[in-house]
Amino acid sequence: MQCQSCKQNTATIHLTEIHGGQRHEMHLCEACAQQEGLAVKNQIPLNELLSTLLAVQAQQYAGGSDEVVVDDAECPHCGMTLKRFRKELLLGCPADYEVFDKALRPIIGKSQAGNTTHRGKVPSKVPDDTKQQIDLLSLRKRLDVAVKAEDYETAAKLRDEINRLQ
Amino acid sequence: MRPNDLSDHISKWFDGTGPGADIVISSRVRLARNLAGFEFLPCLTARRKTEILKKLKDAILSLDIGEDIFFVNMADASSLEQDLLVERHLISRQHASGTGPRGVVIAGTESFTAMINEEDHLRIQVFKAGLQLKECWEKINHIDGMIEKKVEYAFSPEYGYLTACPTNLGTGIRVSVMLHLPGLKMTGQIEKFFNAARDTNLAVRGLFGEGTDAVGDFFQLSNQVTLGVSESDIVNEFSDSIVPKIIEYEKLGRTELLAKRKNAIDDKIQRALGVLRSARLISSQEALFLLSQIRMGVNLGRVKNISISTINELFMLTQPAHLQLNKGRQLDPDSRDAVRAEIIRSKLCRN
Repeated sequence: MQCQSCKQNTATIHLTEIHGGQRHEMHLCEACAQQEGLAVKNQIPLNELLSTLLAVQAQQYAGGSDEVVVDDAECPHCGMTLKRFRKELLLGCPADYEVFDKALRPIIGKSQAGNTTHRGKVPSKVPDDTKQQIDLLSLRKRLDVAVKAEDYETAAKLRDEINRLQ
Repeated sequence: MRPNDLSDHISKWFDGTGPGADIVISSRVRLARNLAGFEFLPCLTARRKTEILKKLKDAILSLDIGEDIFFVNMADASSLEQDLLVERHLISRQHASGTGPRGVVIAGTESFTAMINEEDHLRIQVFKAGLQLKECWEKINHIDGMIEKKVEYAFSPEYGYLTACPTNLGTGIRVSVMLHLPGLKMTGQIEKFFNAARDTNLAVRGLFGEGTDAVGDFFQLSNQVTLGVSESDIVNEFSDSIVPKIIEYEKLGRTELLAKRKNAIDDKIQRALGVLRSARLISSQEALFLLSQIRMGVNLGRVKNISISTINELFMLTQPAHLQLNKGRQLDPDSRDAVRAEIIRSKLCRN
C-alpha cells in the first residue's frame, strides 16, 4: 500500500480516526506520519536504524568526489545503485553483496550486532560458486533481450545454457 | 480450499492451548529464502516474477508435509480474502497490498504458510500454539530441507542465505512469540520489558505486527540479529531463557495485582464484561481492549464459565474481514460495529 501523503513510500502506519460516527482511514509511511506528528511507539525502528547508518555513509561519501561516483554506480547484473538502496533498503540481486561490498560491509556489521560471518544452516545443495549464480543472472537478462527482439535462435541457445547451469 | 473456508473458525495455533498459553499465545518461526540466479524482488520483471511464482508454487505443492495444503494466487483473491489472511497472521500486510505476481501456500490447519514474492522470493512460516519454538524450528527446518532439494537457494559461504534486505542476511530466521502481558502493563513494568528487549537486540511490536501500536496488552517479541548466530542458538535462547524470564515477571506482576489491588482488578474485569455483554455498537479496537481484560480475568481465576478459547475466538472472528466474509457481504463500519457487538453478546451471555 502506498503512502497517501508522499505517494512514494510504502505505508506502514495505518490510522483510523472516528469523528461523529464517521470513520477516516489514513495510510502513511513512517516519515510522513512523523511529519503529521503521529507518535510511533513500542517499535524498534530497525529500518530507521538502517537508513540512519546509510545516511551517515552518504555524507561521508559526499566528502570525497571519488566516492560520489561509487554512490551512483550501477550493479552490472541488476542495475541497482547504492542511492536507490539507501532509499528503499532493499538490494537488487545476490551479486550486489559483492558489487557493493565496501559500502555494505559496515552496514551489515552494525545492523547484525557486529557479526559479519554466517553460522548455522548450510543448504545441502550449495551452488557450485557464486560466479555461476551471477552467470545465470546475465544469461537470463540476455534471454529477455533476445525474446524481445524475436531472435529465437539466440533465445533457444541461451535457454539451453540456462538449463545446463541450473 | 479457499481463504473463505477459514473465516468461521479460529486457527488451530490460536486456540489457547499449548505450553504456557495463558501468557504465550503462540510461537512462530519464519525463514527468508531467495532463488539462486534471479534478481531480488525490486529488480525483477513481471515475467520473471511469474516464473518464480510457478517454480516455487509447484515445488511446495508437491511436498508431503503431512497435511493438506492449498495455493492462493493473490491476483485472484478479493481484497476481503486478502484482509482475512492478514487478520489471521498468515500473510503480511505488505503481501496483501503488494503488486505483481505473488501468492501464498497455506496448510489447511494454518500451521504452515509460504509467501511467494513478498520481500524475498520465499518466506516460509510455521505456527504453533503456546511456547513451542523448538517444535516450530524442527518442522520448518524439515520443510526447508525438502524445498531445497527441488530448488537452488542463493547462498554465500560468508553471508549465508542471501536476502533482499541485509537485516535478514545469514540464517534468514525470524523467531517470534505472541505474548499477553497485562500483569506487566498494569504494574507499570512494561517499559522495563521494552528496554530490556532493546538492549538484547530484540524487537517488540503490537499484536498486529510492524507499524502498529500494541492494543490490549498483546505484544510480539522477535529476534533482530540473523547473521553470525545459528538457528538453534537463537531458538534455544528464546525458549530456554528469554521467554521463561518474561513469563516469570508477568506471573509476579499478576500475583502482585491480586495481592494488592484485587478490588481494582475485579472492577476492571467486571466493567469490561458489562460493556461487552450489553454494547450494541463496538469498534474492533475497543473490543480488543476489553477482551484483553477478560482474558486476564479468566487466567487469574476471577472469571468463571468463560474459556480462553472462546475469548481467542472472539479476537479473531470480530475483525473486519472475518465479520464481512461470515455475513457474506460487505458491511460499512457502523454495521460492522453492530454485528461485532451482536457476536460478542451471543458468545458471552450464553455462558
